[in-house]
Amino acid sequence: MSFLESLRVSFRSIKANGLRSVLTMLGIIIGVAAVIAMVAIGEGTSASVANQINGLGSNLLIVSPGQATQGRVSLGAGSLNTLTLADAEKIAESEAVSGVAPSVNGRAQIVFGSNNYSTMLEGTTESFPDVRNVQVADGRFFSNFEVRKQMNVAVVGTEVVNNLFTGSSPIGQTIQINRIPFSIIGVLKSQGSSGMTNNDDRILIPVTTAMSRLTGGKNVGTIYVSAASANDMEKAQQDTRNALRSQHSLRPNEADDFRITSQSDILSTAQEVSSSMTTLLSGIAAISLIVGGIGVMNIMLVSVTERTREIGIRKAIGAKKRDIMRQFLIEAVTLSLIGGVVGILLGIGAALGVSKLGGMATAITISPILYAFLTSTIVGVVFGVYPARKAAQLKPIDALRYE
Amino acid sequence: MRPVIQMEDLKKRYQIGDQEIQALRGVSLSIETGDFVAIMGPSGSGKSSMMNVIGCLDKPTSGEFYLDGYPVSQAHDDELAEIRNQKIGFVFQNFNLLPRTTAVENVELPLLYAGTPAKERRERAIQALLDVGLGERLNNKPNELSGGQQQRVSIARALVNDPVILLADEPTGALDTKTSVEIMGIFQQLNNAGKTVILVTHEPDIAEYAKRIVRFRDGQIVSNEIVEERRRVLLEEVIT
Repeated sequence: MSFLESLRVSFRSIKANGLRSVLTMLGIIIGVAAVIAMVAIGEGTSASVANQINGLGSNLLIVSPGQATQGRVSLGAGSLNTLTLADAEKIAESEAVSGVAPSVNGRAQIVFGSNNYSTMLEGTTESFPDVRNVQVADGRFFSNFEVRKQMNVAVVGTEVVNNLFTGSSPIGQTIQINRIPFSIIGVLKSQGSSGMTNNDDRILIPVTTAMSRLTGGKNVGTIYVSAASANDMEKAQQDTRNALRSQHSLRPNEADDFRITSQSDILSTAQEVSSSMTTLLSGIAAISLIVGGIGVMNIMLVSVTERTREIGIRKAIGAKKRDIMRQFLIEAVTLSLIGGVVGILLGIGAALGVSKLGGMATAITISPILYAFLTSTIVGVVFGVYPARKAAQLKPIDALRYE
Repeated sequence: MRPVIQMEDLKKRYQIGDQEIQALRGVSLSIETGDFVAIMGPSGSGKSSMMNVIGCLDKPTSGEFYLDGYPVSQAHDDELAEIRNQKIGFVFQNFNLLPRTTAVENVELPLLYAGTPAKERRERAIQALLDVGLGERLNNKPNELSGGQQQRVSIARALVNDPVILLADEPTGALDTKTSVEIMGIFQQLNNAGKTVILVTHEPDIAEYAKRIVRFRDGQIVSNEIVEERRRVLLEEVIT
């Protein structure tokens, strides 16, 4: 019997047992759909994380204060206040560094007219837009002069504008930050949120003003350093380290009292996290695919028992072992393949649905679709072989006598 | 004339648990082309084993068996499948048609496994159904046909490959008297046209339609005689 005829016989049998065929495919459908949707969500998340990290600024180094130890107990990163504005100026001397933006952070209560709003306050310098890759949508950023003169000027994020001003332009208006009047000179371009922090929900003021009037103290929380180019990253990091060590008068045997994190470190960490998430999710999905395959085997075995008589008739009138084997194997593979295709469509639908309705980033790539298709075929073959062999090995007299 | 079936000292043993059952204890039989033989015997006499061996559904434990000159005793499973496909037409007591499959598709099955092209297959299947008088029922499924009609479909299926023997196992066992007579009429017509027919039955009046009766008891042939007063399907019998 030709392959085409086997195919036709199998299709007819699948059609003749409609409900059972659908139930058989259900396991595969769910498995494949889960794999595709999970991978799409995983890839989407990892792409959006990478996007956000690149959005931090270009060729960025983040300098944070070191850890304090009491006795031998580490108090964790940032437990020391070791960074100053002078450190920032020193770092800026390196030719591998194109910009330095020291920053202090805090929360502030902002009042405009009868409205008030609590938001993130960040004190920084005029280099901030270049270093941190932010743009001013309206008005302007504060200047070097305003920073040096500790002027009460502020640049606000769109979220702040939405909360305090209804319709009217905020430029030129005076707001009160912790009861000190500041005039708004610019509005930041909306960046959206990265992870837990909303980048639009903040207010920027000159670092000098922030230190003297709001946060107090002589120290800055973080110094953002941008390297002149991607190739200069390593030199910039080295120069920054040297500058800080000499600035802090550390002896050669003393450890750094600061920490430098580069953007690529963060990126690779984040990508590791999201790739292990993707692996985990697709692992779970793969298990459901195997369960689906066992479902196919289960139904095919039942089907062999149920159709023992049919097998007997076919053998009595001349079907060879390989004819029977082929018929049952094709049935199993066809069921798995149809299940695979339906699952792929369903998985793509689910991924699109999640990004549309759930607001999660998803990225549908071709490789999981190919894998899912391949896997469902393999599942069909692997879990179809045993029932098919069982069917093929039935003796015609036994099979004919079977009630 | 060369015998279509030739058996020499054929033995068949079964093992059921610890018990060994001697189903056939040295059977020698030869059947000529164009004969119409009824194999009779009570249950347990070995007639079913005989039918399985003749039908190449089972291999003898020892002895020689030539079917149409082909040594069946030494054949492998796949060769047996091919012999069944090419040389034997089966008619069973309970018809053994594939459910949910139309009459013409059922009749096509042997040709499907013989590798006949689809178009020729369909033509030959339709012709076979016309020959047994079922030209109007080509696309009915077994559950839409009466017992007699189902048995005609299975006769058509048995004939479609033009086999050397027609092997019928209690073909009237599930049918009423009138339909049984009709079916036996078809066998007689086929035999008159030159087809070798082997009929396995335990009903004496059905066996009398044959030309020869071979009786089995305890795995051996006890008699092998020509039917003196052969019953013929008469027109009156069919009508009443």
